[in-house]
Amino acid sequence: MYTFSNKLRTFSFALIILGLLGVGYGFMTSHKSLEEVKTMIAEEASAHGGGHAEATSHEMVAGTSGEQSHGAAVTEEVHHGDEHAEHVQHQIANRPWSALYVAAFFFMMISLGILAFYAIQIASQAGWSPVLFRVMEGMTAYLLPGALIVLGIAVASGTLGHYNLFVWMDPEVVAHDKLIEGKTSWLNLPWFVIRGLIYIAGWSLYRYFSRKFSMAQDTAEDTSNFKKAFRISAAFLVFFIYTESMMSWDWIMSVDPHWFSTLFGWYVFASMFVSGITVLSLIIIYLKSRNYLEFVNENHLHDVAKFMFAFSIFWTYLWFSQFMLIWYSNIPEEVTYFVTRFGDYKLPFLGMVVMNFVFPILMLMNADFKRVPWFVVMTGLVILAGHYVDIFNMIMPATVGDRWFIGIPEISSLLLFAGLFIFIVFTALTKAPLLVKGYPFRKESEHFHY
Amino acid sequence: MEASKVIHAIYNDDDVLMSAVKKVKAERYHIEEIYTPFPVHGLDKAMGLAPTRIAIASFIYGCIGLTVAILMMNFIMIEDWPQDIGGKPSFSYLENMPAFVPIMFELTVFFAAHLMVITFYLRSRMWPFKNSENPDPRTTDDHFLMEIAVDGNENELTALLKESGAVEINLVDKAH
Repeated sequence: MYTFSNKLRTFSFALIILGLLGVGYGFMTSHKSLEEVKTMIAEEASAHGGGHAEATSHEMVAGTSGEQSHGAAVTEEVHHGDEHAEHVQHQIANRPWSALYVAAFFFMMISLGILAFYAIQIASQAGWSPVLFRVMEGMTAYLLPGALIVLGIAVASGTLGHYNLFVWMDPEVVAHDKLIEGKTSWLNLPWFVIRGLIYIAGWSLYRYFSRKFSMAQDTAEDTSNFKKAFRISAAFLVFFIYTESMMSWDWIMSVDPHWFSTLFGWYVFASMFVSGITVLSLIIIYLKSRNYLEFVNENHLHDVAKFMFAFSIFWTYLWFSQFMLIWYSNIPEEVTYFVTRFGDYKLPFLGMVVMNFVFPILMLMNADFKRVPWFVVMTGLVILAGHYVDIFNMIMPATVGDRWFIGIPEISSLLLFAGLFIFIVFTALTKAPLLVKGYPFRKESEHFHY
Repeated sequence: MEASKVIHAIYNDDDVLMSAVKKVKAERYHIEEIYTPFPVHGLDKAMGLAPTRIAIASFIYGCIGLTVAILMMNFIMIEDWPQDIGGKPSFSYLENMPAFVPIMFELTVFFAAHLMVITFYLRSRMWPFKNSENPDPRTTDDHFLMEIAVDGNENELTALLKESGAVEINLVDKAH
């Protein structure tokens, strides 16, 4: 049995408290008056110079367009300035919401990715992985609270907040937007909540029953519990691939309600799968360093690292497939998605390709390196950071535009959910022996040899 | 000549073969070669063979394929007959790179895979019209054959092999 060390527990509480303080600070400082925003924009313009010059040349063009329209142009200019400031004000207010949402989603998807991984191991009757099942079960304990938090933040942004994440929740916006208006039968708040609850209920039911059967199998005489787990795993995988796809449209893609991509669900899946497996390897290495999991050896680590390597490439494949088709056809309503990302998000957008592809492919290509714990930890941390940035790039351009920064709101949100994740996962790990005793493939897994 | 004599021990199960290999190695006999109808996992380690270097060769071949793809696409699509790709007539390799990535990927895989197979054949001394080195056709069906050099110790060796589960033991003169 695993005992949650006091040090780690205190550490997770410290993360949660630090995170809460930072998130609170983020929300407190995000309410700027219109005047403050205007002075801020003016300061930025004078600091950059370029923007200012552009504005004057704009005025001059307006001035030459004729005597009568001159007055109208000037008032329009002033009016436009107001509108722009309001827009920026809104973006600044969105930032702590988005930061919180990105971090909440990131940790939720780690848990969800591992739930799918676990189901695949059982459904495929894999022989190498059963020694890791209890760690996976511990990680999926975070799914229910984590997913409820994500849905809660999404709903709160459209009710308590001022439509800080999803513009389609704002009736004012929908009324003036033909495209969103046409989508209201899908994108409306009650149906959004019901769908979200259906996804969460399905995932959690599978998690509950597979855990129950896994525990029952420990003391069982026959393999009936394993057979039941096998059956529900196969069924869950079908349910999962539909709901995961729809979840990614609802919870991520709809922040840009005009834009759509047909492989978005797969793309998000690749990200969650590789993040989940990476965290799995980190937890295994941590537990081993604390002298638990004596039955897990470098052969198991090798296989987990192979998955990290393979799914990093799979992620890149989907990332590039989505990009290339849109880049090639160059249809304005599609390509705008990448224009903002290449324009305002160049560093995170291209940086994540280095972190999620170039780095793991070079680090984990060699078979021997996959068996060295500190090597896997180092690569794993970079992969995790890269996939956080991936989620960041999915949400932020739609909500905060060019007003992004990875500062106090973002980092504290990460700390908050990291603390919560550690606390829930490691508490769940203490609830059961770390080895699935009665699992039919346990012996094979223990003797697994590369 | 005494040294050209070998013993062919034949097994009909890969697990028995594996334990026999370990036993023979423990007695410090030199196993010349083992013929099996399918790859036996872990046999190379049990025989004490040096680890394969085909992965390094494969990496190099992949790099060659990538380079060929880049140079080829640059010549065909940019220099020799400049193409307007996707309505973006920039005529720059870098700006049109997304369109070339699938080819770069495919040629990397193509070179790595084909050259690796060719390397493997050559390294294994297999080429067209080569006569089979296989001493017993049953090793292509359901038998495993271990070839051990004999150095005046055939009696002990035969006893050891019998004990290890060989179904048939033949003393063969390799000279002819």
